[in-house]
Amino acid sequence: MFTVSHQALDLEALKAELPDPGAGACVIFEGWIRDTNYDKPVTALDYEVYEEMALKEGSRVMAEAAEKFDILAARCAHVAGHLEIGDCAVWVGVTSAHRDAAFLACRYIIDEIKKRLPIWKKEFFANGDTGWVNCEHGSQSASPAAPVPRGTSSSTK
Amino acid sequence: MTTKTLTVRYFALFRERAGCDQEQLAIEADTAGELFAEVARRHGLPHLTDAKVAVNDEMSSFEAVLSDGDTVLFFPPVSGG
Repeated sequence: MFTVSHQALDLEALKAELPDPGAGACVIFEGWIRDTNYDKPVTALDYEVYEEMALKEGSRVMAEAAEKFDILAARCAHVAGHLEIGDCAVWVGVTSAHRDAAFLACRYIIDEIKKRLPIWKKEFFANGDTGWVNCEHGSQSASPAAPVPRGTSSSTK
Repeated sequence: MTTKTLTVRYFALFRERAGCDQEQLAIEADTAGELFAEVARRHGLPHLTDAKVAVNDEMSSFEAVLSDGDTVLFFPPVSGG
């Protein structure tokens, strides 16, 4: 299931949806708000979500993950609205009998969510500037397989 | 080109630059790309690689032929996660 939340994510409640007696693995990804992007200090982010289509496309991504990988359950939630440094913007949890499928499905879900859903983040910089990510100051690496060298920047990993 | 009545919706950077989140236009445009070129000219919207378009809440393409009454949504490059 994919949902959009207008308040802080309840991470324990999300995780509590996953337990299954057949699960031998649970992989969780949390996307956090980082204090720097492109070497500029960031103080906060606003997430704009077009919910009608984000919910539809997010559900498609979850269905694709269940189809492609041998998993037991998958859950993803994304925040809409204002977030500050350290807040969790997106949460993905996947269970499976064995760990490989859960790792792969979790990676698939976060990568597709970032690529396909109508969600935009606006950064607020410490110097007072603002900017829409991927629109006004270059684009971040979208290659899922490429290793990310230290120092490469994006607002959440 | 024929004149169509279309609802155009803008998001994020496009919404800020257009100064509105939607508008109804009677406009000569056969495709989503022609419509974008016209509203970009009117509002000073940037032509961004990876911008996307949806028609009536379904992802579409800038080559898509529009029909009278369509709602066309212009998405700047997404950045969720």
